[in-house]
Amino acid sequence: MNESPGSAGGPILEARDLRFRHPGGAPLFDRLSARIAPGEMVGLIGPNGSGKTTLLRILGGTLAPQGGEVLLGDRPIRALPPRERARFLALVPQESQILFNYGVLEVVLMGRAPHLGLFGLERPEDYAAARAALRAVDLEGARHEDRQLNQLSSGEKQRALIARALAQDPRLLLLDEPTAFLDLKHRLQIYEILRRLNRDRRLTVLVVSHDLNLAARYATRLLLLHGGRLVADGPPAAVLTPERIRAVYETEARVDLDPETGTPHVIPLAPSPGPGL
Amino acid sequence: MSPLTPRRFVLSLLLLGAVLILALAVCASLGSSGYTILDLARRAASGDADPEVARTMILRIRLPRLLLAALAGAALGAAGAAFQAVLRNPLADPYVLGISGGAALGAIAATAFGLPALLTWVPIRALASFAGALGTVAFIFLLSSVRGRIASYPMLLIGVVMNAIYLALILFIETAIEFTRIQGVMLWMVGNVPTESYELIGVLAMIIVAGIVALAFLGRDLNLLSAGEEVARSLGVTVERTRVTAVLLASLVTAAVVSVTGLIGFVGLIVPHVARLIFGPDHRLLLPASALCGALFLMAADTVARTVMAPTELPVGVITALCGGPVFLWLYRQKRGATYFE
Repeated sequence: MNESPGSAGGPILEARDLRFRHPGGAPLFDRLSARIAPGEMVGLIGPNGSGKTTLLRILGGTLAPQGGEVLLGDRPIRALPPRERARFLALVPQESQILFNYGVLEVVLMGRAPHLGLFGLERPEDYAAARAALRAVDLEGARHEDRQLNQLSSGEKQRALIARALAQDPRLLLLDEPTAFLDLKHRLQIYEILRRLNRDRRLTVLVVSHDLNLAARYATRLLLLHGGRLVADGPPAAVLTPERIRAVYETEARVDLDPETGTPHVIPLAPSPGPGL
Repeated sequence: MSPLTPRRFVLSLLLLGAVLILALAVCASLGSSGYTILDLARRAASGDADPEVARTMILRIRLPRLLLAALAGAALGAAGAAFQAVLRNPLADPYVLGISGGAALGAIAATAFGLPALLTWVPIRALASFAGALGTVAFIFLLSSVRGRIASYPMLLIGVVMNAIYLALILFIETAIEFTRIQGVMLWMVGNVPTESYELIGVLAMIIVAGIVALAFLGRDLNLLSAGEEVARSLGVTVERTRVTAVLLASLVTAAVVSVTGLIGFVGLIVPHVARLIFGPDHRLLLPASALCGALFLMAADTVARTVMAPTELPVGVITALCGGPVFLWLYRQKRGATYFE
């Protein structure tokens, strides 16, 4: 469906020996490597400042690492023209403050930009793609299309922004804490949508999350980032252990297994007496 | 607003074009001497209006001034819309941010140091204006960016201070060179549409129209930039290139205007907001629509300036500031209304 840099069998996204430091800061990543296979739904977790957002931006091609490379399929991401990259992967950044009175459909149609020429207005197939994307996030229908984005509720707004990413018709979706400002119901709603996209469309999903339990419940694999290093990588039950939560989050926790889903459930108990206390 | 269709794009611009021509005819007919464009057609047939005087009055005096007002309004309107998107600040405007002030300082410094007389074969005054405008934008980017992100409100404060510094420098230069010119400079600092030659108007028209058309081609990238820098980048926009190109073009048309009319304030602020309410926020239409609305607004404002206290003429900047200042304050209070702001 998409002219692919991807190849059968290999990872769809791979980070090789990434090195990165923020200007004037200490090195964040030193030879960080990770691979994501087609069709996976991966959760990227870690405490504040562990480098989750920075890693996501590097993987999404909007931030250049100082060393190493990111491969989309078998092609280095830096070698792809930005618009071609945008037809392959979509990124939903954490805060996107949209200026002016754009309507919902207008915002979702922005996702078609990588498919259009210089000045070209959107064609019927672009409208079809945008409406299909709105349907996929349960925002279909004329009563949503012409509303101003800035007048939507937080949950609706986040879904509209995911729809914009889907309108890109990507094979890979990267999201930075899509549920950060949402309540329980809307958090679940977002994750249900992501799971549906992952299962029904074989969309590969990488989602940064602060919510360990949601990530554990919905992701097939977790990457745990701590101080710029990947300290664990595997099925949720293998990654989320009380010892690791103590070491990484400096928190005493109990980890139960959900009797229905078999996924781990973290119950934080108390902050660990850290090294500085 | 529903998305922009080819039909809405064409109809909106045709409508604006028609209104503009009508307004040109009406404004050319208003003035203290009482001649109207109908007198041009009447020729010598009727005895009461001398057709030669009417021709001179309308074609040599009013029309060039109206055309210059239209060009200036178009340039400032489009530049305002572009700056608002590029700087991600709905209160951005070449005047408020000090960009026009930088252009004015450039023009005055070049004139004061006698450069135009030394280098007669280059439009040194316009180039110096352009340099002043660009220098100011570079300064704004530098001072208002915090760890790579541009903060909106410090930007406005920087603009206020820059304007004060430019005013001081301009007055200093003028006083040091020739004290008697201060009066003329003050008129220029408020913004004034002079009657210029068709030759100069033609050159300005080429620069300004080319600049606005080029800006309109950046329209979709500017849409994506208003959705957020990171979003634009992830959608394949080369953000730095788009920014630099848009800033160069908007500064170019601003400087072209300022070098002739001086500092006409607030046009670039209110015109894009009004255009956005009527034509929607899509920059592919918003940029040309802001240009045409700006042309209409400044023609009307200059006609009012010319006639309201006739035969005494007000500088047009008095009218635009009296309209635009309150609108700025109103927009500023709107910021918690969440239409344009976070």
